[in-house]
Amino acid sequence: MKRFFAQCYIWLLLIVLYAPIVFIAIFSFTESKVLGNWTGFSTKLYSNLFTGDMQGTGSLMLAIENTLIIALIAAIVSTVLGTIAAIGIHNMRGKTKQAITFMNNIPMLNPDIITGVSLFLLFVFLHISQGYATVVLAHITFCTPYVVLNVLPRLTQMNPNIYEAALDLGATPFQALRKVLLPLLKPGMISGFILAFTMSLDDFAVTFFTRGTIGLDTLSTYIYTDARKGGLTPELRPLITLMFVGILILLIVINIRNIRNSKKEE
Amino acid sequence: MKEHIIEFKNISKSFGDKCILNDVSLNVKKGEFLTILGPSGCGKTTLLRLLAGFGSPDSGEILINGENITDFPPHLRPVNTVFQRYALFPHLDVYENIAFGLKLQKMPTDAIDKRVRNVLKMVSLTDYEDRDVESLSGGQQQRVAIARAIANQPKVLLLDEPLAALDLKMRKDMQIELKEMHKKLGITFVYVTHDQEEALTLSDTIIVMNEGKIQQIGTPTDIYNEPQNAFVADFIGESNILNGKMIKDKLVEFVGHEFECVDEGFGENVDVDVVVRPEDIYIMNKVEGAQLTAKVKSCTFKGVHYEMFVDTDKGYELMIQDYNAFEPDSEVGLLIRPADIQVMHKERTCNTFEGEMVDETHVKFLYETFECLPQSGFAAGDKVKVEVAFSKIDLIDHPEDGMLSGDVYFLLYKGDHYHLTIMTDDGDHIWVDTNDIWDKGDLVGINIAPQDIKIVKCND
Repeated sequence: MKRFFAQCYIWLLLIVLYAPIVFIAIFSFTESKVLGNWTGFSTKLYSNLFTGDMQGTGSLMLAIENTLIIALIAAIVSTVLGTIAAIGIHNMRGKTKQAITFMNNIPMLNPDIITGVSLFLLFVFLHISQGYATVVLAHITFCTPYVVLNVLPRLTQMNPNIYEAALDLGATPFQALRKVLLPLLKPGMISGFILAFTMSLDDFAVTFFTRGTIGLDTLSTYIYTDARKGGLTPELRPLITLMFVGILILLIVINIRNIRNSKKEE
Repeated sequence: MKEHIIEFKNISKSFGDKCILNDVSLNVKKGEFLTILGPSGCGKTTLLRLLAGFGSPDSGEILINGENITDFPPHLRPVNTVFQRYALFPHLDVYENIAFGLKLQKMPTDAIDKRVRNVLKMVSLTDYEDRDVESLSGGQQQRVAIARAIANQPKVLLLDEPLAALDLKMRKDMQIELKEMHKKLGITFVYVTHDQEEALTLSDTIIVMNEGKIQQIGTPTDIYNEPQNAFVADFIGESNILNGKMIKDKLVEFVGHEFECVDEGFGENVDVDVVVRPEDIYIMNKVEGAQLTAKVKSCTFKGVHYEMFVDTDKGYELMIQDYNAFEPDSEVGLLIRPADIQVMHKERTCNTFEGEMVDETHVKFLYETFECLPQSGFAAGDKVKVEVAFSKIDLIDHPEDGMLSGDVYFLLYKGDHYHLTIMTDDGDHIWVDTNDIWDKGDLVGINIAPQDIKIVKCND
């Protein structure tokens, strides 16, 4: 009996979690303009999405492109900055190290809206005209701490003599970094990169405050504006479904790889 | 000139307020197996790291083959290091670990191949090329670490407690292999350890260090048979360390008896420290013909020998090792041969501090003002020397009840009392003779009675 309730509970939880997405996925296969109105099976919304036969397709595709490019630049730059910062923090001692680690954690706990508004005020104060560049800078700013958080534990676990061993065997500091330190930090850097990339994709508040008035849209701001203009464009339903499926596949692949790796280590 | 491959000249190094190396000078002969031996925190690893290039000394110079390399970065020094916890590169296999240094030198591939196979054979790991380093046992990993260091053909191989993480049996085997490897390679080994037995087994020359200073340099037999001070005698092997008095040349008094010895030149009636190794005391059942008599207190079987503690007729406790067992409570006679008595200068006979008179009955030293007996002939502010006998310093359990506080830093049993070194909270040393039992690291309060403070005028 106890088992039965436990099972019910977990299924209820999963249904509540996934019902909205399943709902959208089902209604992406009908032509109805209003969500929740089934007018028969159709893949027209999907073909509209790809052939561009819809209202404002151009701006939607541009928003998707912007989102991906911004996320890619932000993830790459913050991975580089975050890795360098983590190595620096690791080599610090005592109180300074604690203070810097603490300061690195604050932006992650800070609500996005505060990060967004404060960056907005900073750019205004510095008379930087807002647009693409400011959005990228803002994304790098809030992504970097996540990379630091992912790389730092790898350094802590590492034998402290390993870097010295490389120098001892004749490597210059740069060679030691490239041939020993970076390969060992790679797993942390990759997970930091993925986290930074998804954080950037996800972001609404910071982008909204730093994009200025030039009409720059990422996916999140596009959907927000679109929804306010009177209902969601129907073609967003297949888009959301496709993104969900894409991420699901990615997660499955990562998990299978992890299982294989842990088996290999045994 | 040519025969010294490494020269340390007046090396000092501090981390923060803590002085790790204090004016260390040392020469290493080409091709020798040199061991730096000392307790943890004595500065031995720091000295090795300075030689490898990880950190630079605050003052002094390091020369290799006559060339000043003090400011060279590690990758330009002709030395290679075997680290304590192996420090192998986990993302590379055995072959690539060993070839790491050779590839950096842009050596042709077939030459690298040959060299790697050669050193693997030397550490008896033939056919291990493709193995993942993490899949190897501790002993095998250490062999790879050694192979990796010697593959570069350094002029000097540095080893930082390389066997500390291995179990006893493995350690013994590796000691023999290291010694053979040293013979085969013919290069200089500088080996750091806190294990005195390892040092005695392996080395041509041993350097005993404590508190950032070299205590003694010598061959293993020199260090064992003729320790230069009480620290070395206590640290290397078991010993009876006793207070003695040199009556005249070749005659020394300790444990209440006079003994013939072979030492000369100390002067007459001079206080000395005497060391007798426990295996050098002859013990027998009959008391006739013995130099002194004693009563056996305890007898423990130690495998090869029995270890006995005896109380002598004048109330001193001695440790004796012998192949024969003697029953507790039995009366025994003891004999010590002149050559087995090692006489050493006392480093100090009482505590001496620099101080300053505050007024007629107060003197300031060790950052505190102490009451003393009324003094004449001194004015307030006069610089003075303060002397306090070892036995006149009171130690108390509660640090907060003492004028000064500190902790027990080092202790020596001297047959009938303990000789303690106390490190005060300000980093000064105070030496104390006491019958109470303290442990290393105990926190103590320190008091000195006014009548025990002796004030001497400073000469300068």
